[in-house]
Amino acid sequence: MNFYALFAQLLELVIALIMAPILNGWVNQCRAWLQNRSAPPLLQTYYTLSKLFHKDVLLAHNASSLFRAAPYLIFSCMALASAIVPTLSTELIFSPAADAIALVGLFALARVFIALAGMDVGTSFGSLGSRREMLIGFLAEPALLMVFFTVSLIAQSTSLATIVETLAHRDFVIYPSLAFAGVAFTMVSLAENARVPIDNPTTHLELTMVHEAMILEYSGRHLALIEWAASLKLFAYSCLGIALFFPFGIPSAADPAALAVAAAILVVKLALGGFVMALIETLSAKMRIFRVPEFLGTAFLLAVLAMLVHLLLETGQ
Amino acid sequence: MREFLLIDWVLTTALVWLLIGLIGVVFQHNFTLISRVLFPLGAAFGLVLAVLALNGIDGSPQVLVLPIGLPDLPFHLRLDALSSFFLFLLGATAAGISIYAAGYIRKGEGTAPGLQCLLYHLFLTSMAFVMLADDGYAFMVAWETMALSSFFLVTSEHRHAEIRRAGYLYLLVAHVGAVGILLSFGVMAGSAGDYTFDAMRDFSTVGIWPTIAFLLALFGFGAKAGLLPLHVWLPEAHPAAPSPVSAMMSGVMLKTAIYGLLRVSFDLLHAQLWWWGALLLLLGLASAIFGAIFSTVQTDMKRLLAYSSIENIGLIFVGFGLTLIFKSFAMPQLAALALVATLYHCLNHAFFKSLLFLCTGSVLHATRERNLGKLGGLIHRMPWVTWLALVGVLASAGLPPLNGFVSEWLLLQSFLFTSGLPQGYLNMLLPLVAGAIALIAALAGFAMVKFFGVVFLGQPREEKLSQAHDAGRLERIGLLWLGIGCLLLGLLPNVVITLLDPVTRLLVGSGLSFAASSHGWWLLAPISEDRASYSPAIFLGSIVVLMPLVYWVVNRSFRRRLKRVPPWDCGFPLQTSRMQDTAEGFGQPIRRIFSPFFKRTREHPSPFDTQPRYRSLVEDPFWYWLYLPIARIVGYGTRIIAFLQQGRIAIYLLYSFVTLLCLLVWTRG
Repeated sequence: MNFYALFAQLLELVIALIMAPILNGWVNQCRAWLQNRSAPPLLQTYYTLSKLFHKDVLLAHNASSLFRAAPYLIFSCMALASAIVPTLSTELIFSPAADAIALVGLFALARVFIALAGMDVGTSFGSLGSRREMLIGFLAEPALLMVFFTVSLIAQSTSLATIVETLAHRDFVIYPSLAFAGVAFTMVSLAENARVPIDNPTTHLELTMVHEAMILEYSGRHLALIEWAASLKLFAYSCLGIALFFPFGIPSAADPAALAVAAAILVVKLALGGFVMALIETLSAKMRIFRVPEFLGTAFLLAVLAMLVHLLLETGQ
Repeated sequence: MREFLLIDWVLTTALVWLLIGLIGVVFQHNFTLISRVLFPLGAAFGLVLAVLALNGIDGSPQVLVLPIGLPDLPFHLRLDALSSFFLFLLGATAAGISIYAAGYIRKGEGTAPGLQCLLYHLFLTSMAFVMLADDGYAFMVAWETMALSSFFLVTSEHRHAEIRRAGYLYLLVAHVGAVGILLSFGVMAGSAGDYTFDAMRDFSTVGIWPTIAFLLALFGFGAKAGLLPLHVWLPEAHPAAPSPVSAMMSGVMLKTAIYGLLRVSFDLLHAQLWWWGALLLLLGLASAIFGAIFSTVQTDMKRLLAYSSIENIGLIFVGFGLTLIFKSFAMPQLAALALVATLYHCLNHAFFKSLLFLCTGSVLHATRERNLGKLGGLIHRMPWVTWLALVGVLASAGLPPLNGFVSEWLLLQSFLFTSGLPQGYLNMLLPLVAGAIALIAALAGFAMVKFFGVVFLGQPREEKLSQAHDAGRLERIGLLWLGIGCLLLGLLPNVVITLLDPVTRLLVGSGLSFAASSHGWWLLAPISEDRASYSPAIFLGSIVVLMPLVYWVVNRSFRRRLKRVPPWDCGFPLQTSRMQDTAEGFGQPIRRIFSPFFKRTREHPSPFDTQPRYRSLVEDPFWYWLYLPIARIVGYGTRIIAFLQQGRIAIYLLYSFVTLLCLLVWTRG
């Protein structure tokens, strides 16, 4: 562990915290342009967060301490997750602490807590949302893990830093398995981040809500933390996609010059990724909740196919 | 006079348990003595056993011959690394469960406390003897004592017909299984007729015989462990038993079956075939998926946990099967990794499942209700039980940084690094199993959120729940012990792996302790740091630091108030606690997705009903596919044989006469 690794780690965390709401705003802006609407400002998420932070908290009478602790826990989990994903450098002090599987575990921990918080007040919409969130979670998690397993088999490691180094600094070889895994990963990220084919982040109809239904009872700073955590999750998933499928430009050493270049490259990649996400959201319609198993089942099968392609074609010769 | 060895101490502890039980039954009218002295004393000796066993793990094997039993058949006992590990599991879990039981038992609930004290401690002693036994005879005696004492504990509330039925089913499966084990010992002992394990180790059976011995043992121990399709007794017996007994059965007794099968396949049999492992892996995977799916749709909280036990036992068998595969291909390092995952999961499951069963016991005492649809909102009434149940729930769902995650992580790692097996198909199929394990873990998370959310969160679904009281002081100590155990097992994986080292060296000839100890206690890197690493301490540490930090920053910079208001729920005016999701509702997506797995019966109300009723019953299809046909065949067979019983003395005399004639003809010819 050296000074630069610590510096890179802190920088990464700070960038994640700052950039996540901007990324959210960017996706919303792109979507508005694509739909011929006038776009909200890029910093809209910040304005919303600030408004929420300056409001009193209205807490239901029978809300328990779990309900009050959950936003802080979820926010911490997502902050930790975005610190674990290598975005600026592969030399990070957190990188040995958690590999890809532990990262999935961290997302699952946050999901379980938000689902429990949704059930805590005991309203009909809250538990409906929790049930659906857990449904999506249990379908998406195996698919996500299969994607990770495929890249782990390519890199012979489940450590994210090693995976990124192997993939970023290899000779330019096209892995057909990565193409399948990439499609599966995109589908999973849409589901996990409550984006359009699965859930609609801007919906106002309670019966179609998933994520929004769980957090109906939250207000004030609690809601702000949850919204910020949600944008951090989107940021972490985007960085994960970049790290696994477009890792070119992530340096292995952590000196300031390399970090600056890496940060610039990251911003460009995130802007492109956000645009693609907005495009997908614009081109697809929200599906019924019981079509979700088919959607995520397809993602799982694609990930399995990716692994089989890797085992059949890319090893052994 | 020889010196007093470790094995003697272990034996003494086991016998002290028996003594405690006997004192309990002698002074059975002194309730204070039983609940305030004897059960806590049993817990203390559980701790003693755990400490002794800890010392035994890296010691050399010790043997002892007890001159009890039949004249020519003394009990042979042996303490080696494998039995020490399982004795540690027994002692450490029993310490928590016994102290809980001290606060849990009540007068006038089922069997009298004195008799329960005897049966419970006899159960503990017999499990200790199962793990100590070094010959087939002593093993079977201890095994049957274990089955019978637990049968009487299960049928503690024997006045209810369904509990008697559950007990009968349990006894039946246990005995059918015991026959398998006995026959397996018979095959391994060969024609020499020497039933000591030493003789079995020396006697090398050839040809098909080791396979037959293994399959018989798999049948016998699988019945005890609840492996598919012999799992049906678990969801019946666990809800029937008093909660400390369910905890003991699920947490420890199921592991005696794992112990037995490990003993047979690695210690008593010499050569392992790879397809034994593949068979175990498939059976384990089927059990795990089946258990996980069924636990999500249960409406009785103890049945939910029982199915979750089937799932966990399945995962343990998956690891076991993988160990066998690696061992048969002479890959000791990978075999050690898979075996560590298996044994680690045994230990973890013992802790978190006992914890959860004990929590259901407290809920049961506080509310008299096992049905998930009638519980809810207990977090306000029972904070101790709730928060400790949360620890168990998170561990059981396999979430970091608790213990369930570590063993699942190790298991996944051992699947991912399988490349290099000489069998091409296995090489390709094994990484796919990792995907199935991911699905199982995610389903377990679903079931656990359902369990915790419906029981402890939300609004109380019934009036009487507002009278619920928290667990008593002794019960809290028991729960706390198991909860802290879950946390420590999750945070200190390297300590546990170093502890397991002698066991893996004994069974597969290799260990992980070098890789585990080379990075310090906080970083788990079973193969190398580049390949995979996980540090639960940093994980927990960062969350523990970040959460108060965020809280402090947010509350410091925006000093806004917090007002208590009625729940909003999108402004819908009429909200009652009956509008919350029920257990059936929460399981509905799973019922829909996995509908071919279930045997469902539904009654819909018609528009003309004065009191509309909706009923949905989800049953185990194995009853209809397997058990009822077998029962029908047996019934048919008995009817045919019953034809012989004509009830007239002349007929019976005729039978004797015909038999005599036949014998005469046969001896002459």
